Amino acid sequence: MKQVLSILFLFTSVPLWAASDIQSLKTPSGIQVWLVEDHNIPFVALELRFKGGASIDPVEKAGATNLMMALLEEGSGDLTAQDFAAAKERLAASFSYESYQDAVSISARFLTENRDEAVALLRQSLLTPNFDIDAVERVRAQVLTGLKSSETDPEDIVGKAFNAEAYGSHPYGRDDSGTKETVSALSREDLHAAHKYAMVLDRAYVSAVGDISPEDLSALVDRLLAGLPQHSTRDLPQKAELGLGAGIEVIDFATPQSVALFGHVGIARDHPDFFAAYLLNQIFGGGGLESRLTREIRENRGLTYGVGTYLVSRDYADVVIGQFASANDRMGEALNVLRSEWANISLNGVTQEELDRTKTYLTGAYPLRFDGNAPIANILVGMQMQGLDPSYVTTRNDKVNAVTLEQINAVAAWLYKPDQLRIFVVGQPDL
Amino acid sequence: MQLIRLLSLSFLSLITLSGVNAGTSEQVTDYMLDNGMQVVVIEDHRAPVVVHMVWYKAGSGEEDPGVSGVAHFLEHLLFKKTKTLESGEFSRIVAENGGSGNAFTSFDYTGYFQRVAADRLPLMMRMEADRMINLDLGPEDILTEREVIIEERNQRVENDPGALFREQRNAALYLNHPYGIPIIGWRHEMEQLDLEDALAFYRQFYAPNNAVLVVAGDVEPENVLQLAKDTYGKIPPNPKLQERNRRQEPPHTSARRMTFYDERVGQPYVIRTYLAPERDPGAQKDAAALTLLAEILGGGQTSVLTQKLQFETQTAVYAGAFYNGTALDDTTFGLIVVPSEGVSLQEAEDAMDKTVLEFIEAGVDEEQLARLKMQFRASEIYARDNVKGLANAYGVALTSGLQLQDIEAWPDIVQGVTGEEIIEAAKAVFVKEKSVTGWLMKDEGDAK
Repeated sequence: MKQVLSILFLFTSVPLWAASDIQSLKTPSGIQVWLVEDHNIPFVALELRFKGGASIDPVEKAGATNLMMALLEEGSGDLTAQDFAAAKERLAASFSYESYQDAVSISARFLTENRDEAVALLRQSLLTPNFDIDAVERVRAQVLTGLKSSETDPEDIVGKAFNAEAYGSHPYGRDDSGTKETVSALSREDLHAAHKYAMVLDRAYVSAVGDISPEDLSALVDRLLAGLPQHSTRDLPQKAELGLGAGIEVIDFATPQSVALFGHVGIARDHPDFFAAYLLNQIFGGGGLESRLTREIRENRGLTYGVGTYLVSRDYADVVIGQFASANDRMGEALNVLRSEWANISLNGVTQEELDRTKTYLTGAYPLRFDGNAPIANILVGMQMQGLDPSYVTTRNDKVNAVTLEQINAVAAWLYKPDQLRIFVVGQPDL
Repeated sequence: MQLIRLLSLSFLSLITLSGVNAGTSEQVTDYMLDNGMQVVVIEDHRAPVVVHMVWYKAGSGEEDPGVSGVAHFLEHLLFKKTKTLESGEFSRIVAENGGSGNAFTSFDYTGYFQRVAADRLPLMMRMEADRMINLDLGPEDILTEREVIIEERNQRVENDPGALFREQRNAALYLNHPYGIPIIGWRHEMEQLDLEDALAFYRQFYAPNNAVLVVAGDVEPENVLQLAKDTYGKIPPNPKLQERNRRQEPPHTSARRMTFYDERVGQPYVIRTYLAPERDPGAQKDAAALTLLAEILGGGQTSVLTQKLQFETQTAVYAGAFYNGTALDDTTFGLIVVPSEGVSLQEAEDAMDKTVLEFIEAGVDEEQLARLKMQFRASEIYARDNVKGLANAYGVALTSGLQLQDIEAWPDIVQGVTGEEIIEAAKAVFVKEKSVTGWLMKDEGDAK
């Protein structure tokens, strides 16, 4: 039987390295799963995502999905929170449940020696959470504590201000943990509803890496997820309308170092110029000590410990943003440098030397990401959610190398918009 | 659900059980170069990647009085000019080879690392050996970088009341030992650090006989040894290097208490730290017992403090314990309680004390201990998935006074600890006179 199955669900197999390739499987019940088989270490890393996440919470129930995900390990079926934790400890399995704006995620690691028991335990938490009232109250108090701490954290304050203006009433405009009011009002029924709407098979993405055969994985995934609803009646959000103004807004907060968050509209992940934009961002404000902003703001002037910019290309909105912190009396100077660099790259683009150097870095760094079961599983599930094909791992560097100086500078001219740069500063900066 | 990430209680990341446990299951080879540099190779041939790390047995604990922060300042300056590389060129070459790298400073060590494709290892070793001996700083290099470390202090400490509170607590706990001085430095001393301070530290401590090379990934040990001989092996040892012999703690005879107020505190909490023994070469049993004690008391949903204070009495939204045994000198064991709404810090502290006392009377739940040992054993399997984490665990241990045989012996020592030994360790460490109890508050109202 096993042999027949393997022919049925083995569609594609793309070489990743000599040692491993990505297998794309379809389980008997129709779930798509990507696998990299690697029997070196006796465990499996499994990644599970459901598209939707906190952004499908109704506005008056904001935070329901976040609280629901935090409660999956706090009692299910016949197990209390403590029973569940003890069972997990006995198996030395690790499960983590997270909620994000665009998805909820479950990351699991379990040993080969007790794989079936671990999966049965994980299944119980996903399928039959109890949302017992004492657990709900206990975890609700933790979420409220987090929200309270976040009110006096300058990085959180600046992020909230930016999101509120950028996205307004779109779900991206709110905190995915909800507000004090909405979280306090959530009922057990709200949590059961959030569970029913969030974890549905037609929004599921699964990857696994490690010590397991495709046959066993296929059966495992079906066993894990059988019984979840097929569809959700809560629709995914619409695209957000960006409502960012321009210029600086200061939010007064008594702290010695101001935090700045800045940006404007960005570029979609599937835009034909995305790779050019990706290279541009790397040159302008990417990681390491090599970017223009790091050189000008940190290395040459000592105005910050770290500055970075990011293309945040999400399901329903795209922005290019950046962040740094400077002492209150130096923030003004740092912002002047930032604005002048923003204008400079838009007007003059980048040099051939910068482009070549960055291509070498990005193409050399890409394979280094695939260096363990857990990181590979994470990359694979991310690719699935973006609608990429397994072969992407072999063509991605070609796409980076194909970007020309002409193309990248044409993109720089429209991507960076100095007159639209919106800057929020939290602190008491001298400007 | 864990509250840790919500409150950014960064010190809790020190808990060892959930972290990386270097053990016996990985393929490790070690050598000693003629100039006294130790070489450790950890093989992992799953991906054509290598992590290259050089660790110096010198951290902020080696600083002279008055120049706090100089070890960390020097770490930044190692990315500046050498006799063969321009300022910034080191990082640029790493990046141009598709690699990433960074450096870190702690109380007991300073480390530099790069992660690159395995065939770029020789280049990394040449460059790292170069800056071990050829640093060529001018006054112009240090001024802007001093501004950078002050901004780093602003970001990590001045902007975070929890971090300011931690500095004050450490200073109160350690009466004499340099662990009482922040790694990043006291601000007023950082502002005065000059080129000569940095170079004096460099000349004394950056030498092959004070360094450990850790290479982990898709490499053959003999090849690494040959490369090491050709690069680091050419550097003369520092004959003036002395045994690491820091000023130690006098007897602690008075329990210390402190309150810390800051307008920016969103959530008050109480935290107590005790002076505690660390892992010593050939004598790791106490530290193993304390490692398990921290897990039993505060390592998750089934731990004693969590069960009692979060589940039963709902006194706390979070309760935990933390201990990091891998240190050169006496380390700390900590307890923390974040009270629930309407519970005062005094009530939280009393509940914490009562719970610990009851635990010592009742003894260790053998089933809980068995589960912990199972997790500990499994953590060695999971650790093999993260070769950088493994390299890091070896580097930390070998620069914190331990030998390879201590690292190898550790898993069995932990497995052999009994419930009675854990209770004995608890009684020995929970001595009020050796402790600091701190309350972090927004204002007087939080105390009540």
